Amino acid sequence: MLNAKNEKLLVLVEKMPAFPKSVQQVVQLTSDINASAKDIVRVIEYDPVMTVKVLKAINSSFYGLPQKITSVQKAVVHIGMNTIKNIALSVAAMGMLNANNQSNFNTADFLLHSLTTAAIGKILAERLGLSSSQCSDCFVAGLLHDFGKVVFAEFMPDDFKLALEKSKQQQLPLHQTELEFIGLTHAQAGKMLAEKWELSEELIDAIAYHHMLEPSQNVLRDCVFAANQVSKQMQFGDGGNPLIDDFPEAISARFGLSLSAMCEALGDLASVKAEAQSFINM
Amino acid sequence: MKFKFWGVRGSIPTPGPTTVKYGGNTTCIEIRTNDNDLIILDAGTGIHALAQNLLREMPVQAHIFITHTHWDHIQGLPFFIPIFIPNNQITIYGGIDPVTNETINRALSVQLQYSYFPIREAQLNARIEYATVNPGVPVKAGSATITPIVLSHPVLNFGYRIDCDGQSIFFTGDYEPQLNIYDPEDDEYVEFQSFIDAKWDEVVLAMKDVDALIVDSSYTNEEYLSKQGWGHGTYDSGIKLAIAANAKKLFFTHHEPTRNDTSLDAIYQGLLQNNPETGCELLLAREGIDISL
Repeated sequence: MLNAKNEKLLVLVEKMPAFPKSVQQVVQLTSDINASAKDIVRVIEYDPVMTVKVLKAINSSFYGLPQKITSVQKAVVHIGMNTIKNIALSVAAMGMLNANNQSNFNTADFLLHSLTTAAIGKILAERLGLSSSQCSDCFVAGLLHDFGKVVFAEFMPDDFKLALEKSKQQQLPLHQTELEFIGLTHAQAGKMLAEKWELSEELIDAIAYHHMLEPSQNVLRDCVFAANQVSKQMQFGDGGNPLIDDFPEAISARFGLSLSAMCEALGDLASVKAEAQSFINM
Repeated sequence: MKFKFWGVRGSIPTPGPTTVKYGGNTTCIEIRTNDNDLIILDAGTGIHALAQNLLREMPVQAHIFITHTHWDHIQGLPFFIPIFIPNNQITIYGGIDPVTNETINRALSVQLQYSYFPIREAQLNARIEYATVNPGVPVKAGSATITPIVLSHPVLNFGYRIDCDGQSIFFTGDYEPQLNIYDPEDDEYVEFQSFIDAKWDEVVLAMKDVDALIVDSSYTNEEYLSKQGWGHGTYDSGIKLAIAANAKKLFFTHHEPTRNDTSLDAIYQGLLQNNPETGCELLLAREGIDISL
């Protein structure tokens, strides 16, 4: 998959800016000598670009850690708060994602979709009785599952625009039209990036196969698949894909519920949406 | 192995009549193996006096391990005279900064610029090499093995364990054991604490059973209350490490720059009184004294 176009994408992503509100907050918090560490960590944890930059730095082969670091909090313990803060600041220095990109992809709606998928993914993991560490991993996986889309919007806006339009007009899965116009789905792009950044195997797998209908051994992936559909069903934000997949058999078996039953079981998720929204609205 | 402190002060040099006993130079430690291999930990201003001493044994082969790139640990590099003399071989070891992606060669090159120093890097006559070290990956320097571990400080900081001749020394560089950034009532508190505990175990393992443990103990407990997050340890955090790691001798260093000989003496007496049964010998780092293990 590493043709010249993809190689170029990998290089461009290094300069990828983060979302406006988090850039603004990082600048603000890092200018305040009394700002609390947990507030800064929270801003990073709620921005896919900043999260990725931190995980990329800590998981680089330089550190040679025996186990991959899957959360910003673990990264803080390993390299210290000030270094994490400065990684965020270096991302903030790259500017901010333009809400009015050429592909007409609404990045605020995208972020709301990603954040609610993250939060719902964590709730689903808790329902399955996973460890707190795995629940945190589900949040990160949900946050990053559609990362490829925002990369397309930023660096391949013309092709991505065509993919978005056709998907919407003909009610086709976005990953199908991406393949047609870009030659790569956002899941494949996300996988390629996550591999380059040496993220954990489970995380790479969850990003790569979050649309796959066949059964998976990876519970992280299943949580992301399900959370993605729940978020769409609830109409929290918009990731650009007009289609909602019913839970395939393996997912229903994993959670013991269909998509509609799961939405009902989760009850009112307004607080999830409101919390996510607070990281988006300027 | 034997070693000698050439700089014991934190942050900034503190020359003058009130610091003559312990010394006023910033961090530099000379280690000699039984084969006389030369290992230098950090290049604070203390490295200048060490360099003068080395002029008697030219040419030298020096392995300089930098814990981190804050000024008080690198400022002496341009004044390490052997770098100007042909036939010397100097290897400078350090990490890659995760924020800037810069390697350790910047510690010297950044100082050798027209505005800051009259000599350019290209004009150095010794053979100078730079080596990137990776956490947990041992490197050989002469007959010694040096193993780095990342220790929390506001910039990437390595603690180094030196094993040679059946003996071992561990130096923390600047190190503040990680605090929990959450409050006990926060959801994240317990999990974050488990990360801290796991890292603590890793740190203790890295310094297990050393003959000499040299720790950053900048502050008293009282001072630390207003210095949390500054990246430095306390006398008590050093003792806690030494006990957990079963160290034989514990050296407190990185003396806070406003502390004079009298206040250090007083602190030392207090430490001895309050810690009668640590199982390890407590000592304040002092410049110019040879310490044989």
